[in-house]
Order: sequence, then structure tokens, then C-alpha cells
Amino acid sequence: MENLITFFTKMGKLWLKYDNVFLQGLIGTLWISVVTVVLGTVLGTILALMRMGKFKPTSLLAKAYIEVFRGTPALLQLYFFWIGMPKLIPEINDTQSIVTGLVISTAAYIAEIIRAGIGAVDKGQWEAAMSIGLSKKNMMTRVILPQAVKNILPALGNEFISTVKGTSLASTFFVGELMTSQRVVQSATYLALHSLTIVGIIYFVLNFVLSKGLLIIERRLTVSD
Amino acid sequence: MTDVIIRTENLHKSFGKLEVLKGISTEIRRGEVVSIIGPSGGGKSTFLRCLNLLEEPTAGHVYFEGDDITSKKIDITKYRQRIGMVFQNFNVFPNMTVLENITLAPILEKKIPKKEAEEQAMRLLERVGLSDKRDEYPRKLSGGQKQRLSIVRALAMEPEVMLFDEPTSALDPEMVKEVLNVIRDLTKSGMTTIIVTHEMGFAREISDRVLFISDGIIKEEGSPEIIFTSPRDPATIRFLSMVL
Repeated sequence: MENLITFFTKMGKLWLKYDNVFLQGLIGTLWISVVTVVLGTVLGTILALMRMGKFKPTSLLAKAYIEVFRGTPALLQLYFFWIGMPKLIPEINDTQSIVTGLVISTAAYIAEIIRAGIGAVDKGQWEAAMSIGLSKKNMMTRVILPQAVKNILPALGNEFISTVKGTSLASTFFVGELMTSQRVVQSATYLALHSLTIVGIIYFVLNFVLSKGLLIIERRLTVSD
Repeated sequence: MTDVIIRTENLHKSFGKLEVLKGISTEIRRGEVVSIIGPSGGGKSTFLRCLNLLEEPTAGHVYFEGDDITSKKIDITKYRQRIGMVFQNFNVFPNMTVLENITLAPILEKKIPKKEAEEQAMRLLERVGLSDKRDEYPRKLSGGQKQRLSIVRALAMEPEVMLFDEPTSALDPEMVKEVLNVIRDLTKSGMTTIIVTHEMGFAREISDRVLFISDGIIKEEGSPEIIFTSPRDPATIRFLSMVL
């Protein structure tokens, strides 16, 4: 019991002393997550449409992309981008390389979620949309995608939460985010468990808020059922 | 020949190794009401779905007013706008209200102003007795109401032909009549109609011509009197003896 009290007292002191380091890490995690989620969703949607499209070469390309990035560890991919990107674009910095890697890796998962969601829309809906002479674009944007979103959202929410946690891999490359902050604080104070608990709580609160927010959106979208 | 609106030429369709259509050639004239009857799996629905290319024929041609719509060069969307279709399972859009279901294609594809499209939709809804449902979502409608909505959705594009694919097969018995009444009115107004149906009495009543399709070909065709009272093909005789 006494140990526990000392632990939390030390943790509190650690927070008070290094709060701006942790907050800076939080800001890093937040912006990397937002960029990864937004760009990953855009790229994932494009990949899903390419994969489902009738044009064979782009469909195969998307398939290969998805298989490769789902089939290899994200950390390994990040090493590739960290080492490889500067060779392609010399001006790029570590953070940009790593964020690029995260986006590309996340997009592969999101593409599959979107494909499954579109695939789950009743075949009759496609046929009805075609039979009244809707163009492909109008059919997708007005009939299919609005219905697919309802199938997609729960799985996509899960993926967003994984993405937020996945940004912690960036600490391996000392890119500014929460886990990197933890490493900084730990090496300055040798208080490993204390700093880990602090970032653990921050991650948890972040994802708790995110999952509640997604639940609210999900409920709104299912109003017409 | 100018009054031929749809002509098929040696239409074939295979799904993998299964040959469902084995060469169907026929003509539909403007204003004609044609019923298609026959056993399940005989190719009736597949034939109908080839007429607006929901199924792509494996061989043969479909001509709409003389244009080969099986040709890769044509924009099938434009032709589908002139061919209405009603499905067994209604396929109304669940994410839109009744009114939005109807006005969607006229506004987007025919560029009709929203207000005008809505007025036209309301006139059609009144015709089928659904005007009080304009702002409901389809989940609140009965099967019969959904099917009437899907008919109106097709009519809103002012098609020149209407295709009905077993329009009453998924309905509860008490709702069959309300849908058949709408289709009957439509045929009386002169709409060219092709209907795949198991309602033999109805087919006999409304049709100018009946096609009996079985094993992927038109086994027999003729006026309803001839088909229903003195069929000659053994397959037709067998089928009618089972259903009548």
C-alpha cells in the first residue's frame, strides 16, 4: 500500500515537472493521427474503388498493394520509409517519412474495410440504380456509398483507434509524439513505470473519447433504419 | 417496321457452363403488352434483364429503336433512361424518402428543376394512391406500397417501355391486387409493357401476346386465347396443366 502511494506521488511530481514534454507529445500524436486517418481514408477509398473497378491493371495493382502492406509488419514498413524516402526525396525529414509510411500502411486496411462495406450493399440496389439510368458517379455517390457508410463505420472506427495507437511506432525513430516523450522523460529520470503510466492514461483517454464520438456518429447515421 | 421498339436477335446467355438463353429472337411493337410465362429456371427473367443489359448477353443483339444496345460503343445509361424496370424485390432506395426516390434520376440525369420534378412525382404518387407517403422512408411502407413506389420511380423517367420482373412474387397475397391494378392501368394508358409473371389470369387478361419461354428458348407464342386455351407445344401444355 505504501509502495503504491509513493508510486503515485512520484508520478504526480513527474507530471508536474515534465507536463509540457508530455503535452508536446500529445500534440504530436494528435496531429499524426489526424493526418494518418484523413489521408489514409482518402487513399484507402481510392484503392478500394481501384480494386473493385473493371480495369484489370489498376485492380491488380490495388490488390498487390493491399496484400503487401497487410502482410508485413508496420514497424518493418516504417524502417523502409525511414531509410528509403530520403533516398527518393533528399529534402524530406524523418517525421515526414514516418507519417508517409503510416498513411500508406493504414490505407491498406481501410481499403479492405471500404471494399467489404460496399460489397455488403444489396445487389438489387445497384441494379435499380442502373435501371433508372443513373450515371456511375451518381449511382455511387447517391445510392451505394450512403448505404455502404453504415456498414463501414463500425469497422472504420476500430481502425481509427488502432491508428492512434499505431502512431506510437514513430517513437522508434524519435519522431515527436507521446511514446517519444515517454522515452525522453524516462532517460532523464529513470522513472520508467511512472512515465509509462502517464502516457498510458493519455492514450486511454484519447481513444475513449474517440470511440464515444464514433458511437454518436454511428447512431445518427442509422436513424433512417 | 417503324413501330418495332425492341428487337432481339439470336440472344444467348451463359453463366459459366450453364447456358440459360439459347437463342431468342423476337420483336416488341410500340404499345404492345407482352407477358412472359414459363417454368422457373427457364430463362424468363434472364431474357428480360438482357433487354436493358442488366445481364450482358453472351452472344446476339438487342436493338432499341434500331440501335444495337449490345454494342460497346453506345452509352447504355442513356437507353436505360428510356426503359423502366420493376423488380421482384422492389429495390427502392432505403436511404431516401419516397419523394427523393422518385425525383433522384429526373433531377440528376434529365436535369429537370427540382420543383418541377417534385410536382411530377406528386402527380404520379396520386395516381397510385401514395401521395400521403411522400416524406416517409421506405421502411415504413408495406410490400405493396414499396412496389407501387418502385413503379412510380421508373415512370418518373418517362420511359417508352416498362419491364416487370415478377412484380408480385414477393408480395403477401392481400397486396397483389393493388400492384396488379397499377400495372393494368398503365397498360391501358398505352405503355409498352413486358412482364414476367406467374399470375396467369392477369397475363391472360392484359396481354396482346404471350411468350412461353422454357429451356432458354421461346417454345411457343401467340395471343393469350391461343396460348391458354389451345397450346400446341407439349412443354406449354404440361406447364399450363400444372399452374392452371
